[in-house]
Amino acid sequence: MSVLVNKDTRLCVQGITGGEGTFHTSQILEYGTNVVAGVTPGKGGVLYNGNDRDSFCRPVPVFNTVKEAVEKAEANTTVIFVPAAFAADAIMEAADAGLKVIICITEGIPVNDMMKAYAFVKSKGAVLVGPNCPGVITPGEAKIGIMPGFIHKKGSIGVVSRSGTLTYEAVHQLTHVGLGQSTCIGIGGDPVIGTRFLDAVKMFAKDDETEGLVMIGEIGGSAEEEAAEYIKKHFKKPVVGFIAGRTAPPGRRMGHAGAIVSGGKGTAEEKIKAMEAAGIHVVESPADIGEAMMKALGRS
Amino acid sequence: MNIHEYQGKDILRKFGVTVPKGIVAHSPEEAKQAAEQLFEEQTSPVVVVKAQIHAGGRGKAGGVKLAKSPEEAYEIASQMIGTTLVTHQTGPEGKEVRRLLVEEGMNIDREFYVGITLDRATSQNVLMISTEGGMEIEKVAEETPERLLKIQVDPLFGLQGFQAREAAFFLGLEGEQFRSAVSFIMSLYKAYTSIDAALAEINPLVVTKEGRVLALDAKINFDSNALYRHKDFLELRDITEEDPFEVEASKSNLNYVRLDGNVGCMVNGAGLAMGTMDIIQLAGGKPANFLDVGGGASPQTVEEGFKIILSDKNVKAILVNIFGGIVRCDRVAGGIIEAAKKIGLNLPVIVRLEGTNADIAQKMLDESGLNLIAADGLKDAAQKVTEALSA
Repeated sequence: MSVLVNKDTRLCVQGITGGEGTFHTSQILEYGTNVVAGVTPGKGGVLYNGNDRDSFCRPVPVFNTVKEAVEKAEANTTVIFVPAAFAADAIMEAADAGLKVIICITEGIPVNDMMKAYAFVKSKGAVLVGPNCPGVITPGEAKIGIMPGFIHKKGSIGVVSRSGTLTYEAVHQLTHVGLGQSTCIGIGGDPVIGTRFLDAVKMFAKDDETEGLVMIGEIGGSAEEEAAEYIKKHFKKPVVGFIAGRTAPPGRRMGHAGAIVSGGKGTAEEKIKAMEAAGIHVVESPADIGEAMMKALGRS
Repeated sequence: MNIHEYQGKDILRKFGVTVPKGIVAHSPEEAKQAAEQLFEEQTSPVVVVKAQIHAGGRGKAGGVKLAKSPEEAYEIASQMIGTTLVTHQTGPEGKEVRRLLVEEGMNIDREFYVGITLDRATSQNVLMISTEGGMEIEKVAEETPERLLKIQVDPLFGLQGFQAREAAFFLGLEGEQFRSAVSFIMSLYKAYTSIDAALAEINPLVVTKEGRVLALDAKINFDSNALYRHKDFLELRDITEEDPFEVEASKSNLNYVRLDGNVGCMVNGAGLAMGTMDIIQLAGGKPANFLDVGGGASPQTVEEGFKIILSDKNVKAILVNIFGGIVRCDRVAGGIIEAAKKIGLNLPVIVRLEGTNADIAQKMLDESGLNLIAADGLKDAAQKVTEALSA
């Protein structure tokens, strides 16, 4: 098993003919992910092969709507590379078409739009990952997003993180110490996101293949504390954690829209305290994630 | 993006939110004229002179004063303009006062708090109402939570009348005051969503003895992701209120925040950038900045990044941490070497590159003849920072 995506994933790429969409679809195809459809309104009927800069290893049929991609190509999962001004609409279109796994990579979506899309997705019973995230990968089965595939290795450690490159860092270390990954989920750095730590932790709890979990948070919000509360009571597998931003000053936004300590809330200290109280092995340095997991599993 | 109080009030007025009459002044003469005009129209014996800076806590710092005559307004303005106000939100360096808002005086009966912002725990907007006007809302939530009412607003339906009534009843209002408060709250919510605000805080909301309900202060922040659909708001930006280095960095599309440490850093990705700052601290240094150069780390962005880091004279060493992934490390290394030569970089620069062709990149750095120190992994990078600082 694994969570969210696997070899049975039949992927639709929304915004496939755009620059970002084309480049990353070429990488997604190369990884071996089963891409069955692309969607770009107005370009339906085309068999898309990429552009001059990034060509595909095999063509992908393009449809005008997600509904068509579901009906004609039996897509069951979608990844969104649509520009920020139209991305919330793309999320809602996917949910309306009945897709149950929606992964949105787009950065910079207005909060007002995301609140509506979030509520809509919930009402349709779908799972949204992101936005402003690297995506989801089940190594050896499906890469859905912008992460470098080659640093991953099939295995039994789940990874969930608010950050992109910091996730790659953790995965790289895990692979380096010989620990493969079951599934890695980048949940994104925005204040409104579809899948929170708690949702991801629950998924990994049910996954037999996952033996341990790496959870990488950062300052801002209280999603880490929420997940720690659950882990304390219900999650029986070893968890290694890291919180980025211990040295970040309050009141300043650190790149991600959601990474800000405001009104004394969302500090790294609070999060670390809650995680340690839940039995999570919190590392001080992000350089120690791989080794800490080996230790937590009793293998070093 | 933050704006001034008077700009926030101008916007709110357009949506029917009641605010006091006010006139902006940039000089003592303008303040005097503004006061003359207000005294002609109002019944109150005073006008209020308020310093316009992007920070709260002005009252305690001497940035809000009453004037009984136009002459007094002139006096106050000449003292206020050009001074630096230090409040709990400005940091120790404070903010220089460049403009004032002169407002009509009020016969204040009671003061309350009304705020709207995103509740991250529910992914919905929350309307916050408190009977404790003028207090910091975080403090109220902590110390006297029974005086704070939070109303969740469904984003698909918006704020409903019954919710605004519940809020007004919570404040203990009746009659004309109650009706005015309900209308005020409904208008405020409409304004908040229409302008894509990230925060609308009215503290205090006042009820006058005559039964009027007004926003005595207004703090409006915008969701910067939504500014593309409010082009007119870009004119409201006051860059004299922002860090000049951060303004410069944003021109090159770099995400930079200046801190007070001695080790600069340049990283791709916000999370890894924060993690790198933490590593610098663990290595015995202090981060001089947050700098996210984005996914690509092209030669141009690397060069701009170095320039901005070096503009900070406290920097003794630089840590470059790029997790290339799909980006080729030899290209990034080439860009770093090029930039280092061009700028004449002579501080120790510890460079950690991970991803495709990382080995070739390391060799290029080692053989560059520059003060570029290649690191193999994060741990090694941290150690080399420590070494560079003690050398």
